[in-house]
Amino acid sequence: MTKADGTGTYQLTAEERRVAAGRDLIIEVIASLMIPLIQLFALYVIIHGALGAGGGFQGGVILASSFILYVIAFGITGARKRLPESWNTGLQSLGVYIYAGVGLVCILVSLGFVQYLNYWALPLPVAYEMRRAMGMDFVEIGIGITVMATMTSLFFDLAWKEKEERKEVKESNEGGEKK
Amino acid sequence: MIVPLDLLMLFVIVVIAIATISAKDLFSAVILFGAYSFLMAVVWAEMHSIDVSFTEAAVGAGVSTAFLIAAVSRTARWEKG
Repeated sequence: MTKADGTGTYQLTAEERRVAAGRDLIIEVIASLMIPLIQLFALYVIIHGALGAGGGFQGGVILASSFILYVIAFGITGARKRLPESWNTGLQSLGVYIYAGVGLVCILVSLGFVQYLNYWALPLPVAYEMRRAMGMDFVEIGIGITVMATMTSLFFDLAWKEKEERKEVKESNEGGEKK
Repeated sequence: MIVPLDLLMLFVIVVIAIATISAKDLFSAVILFGAYSFLMAVVWAEMHSIDVSFTEAAVGAGVSTAFLIAAVSRTARWEKG
């Protein structure tokens, strides 16, 4: 950015950059406090889903809402850098593979003995009841990963504005070459 | 389950739903839709259907409101005609 008298340039401070991007210090601090708690609660909902209210879908949605809060508080450019679209695509597929893989492994190991809910056949060195519980948790984790990646990707696509992104990139480039 | 409380909340839900579809400002329509979803979640919880209530609160009041606000920010704020 050029100075007012047109001589030379100066680097924007963090506060000036925040004001220029239309962000707010209070929102940033509160969001940085809230996001870890939201993500912890989402993991609790996913793991606790087999026993009580909740499950993979609700936990995945809550996990995605923490990324949405990050986008609202810190801007979408940084969020896209931290969670690129290629990661979203990979995580969507990974969740489906976990979900289908647990069932397929169970069918293969039990030789199709019980076609429905045969999590006991998981090849893990733990007790029978533990294997059933862990199979259910693996399925919930797969659902949660897929739902989180899908919801985050949907919000990124909806909130993405190419004009703003170009402006921010240009400003950061200018700040970089000033030194 | 308290029937008068249910009837009162369902009446408020109907009022909010009518306000949502008749609002000219699409932003306030989105916020009213979030209020509708949240009250609906309260009604589900009050009817001892915790799982449905949880899903309604997470998806209806949380994420879909954010999606619709993002959609409004990409299009026009005021309804035409």
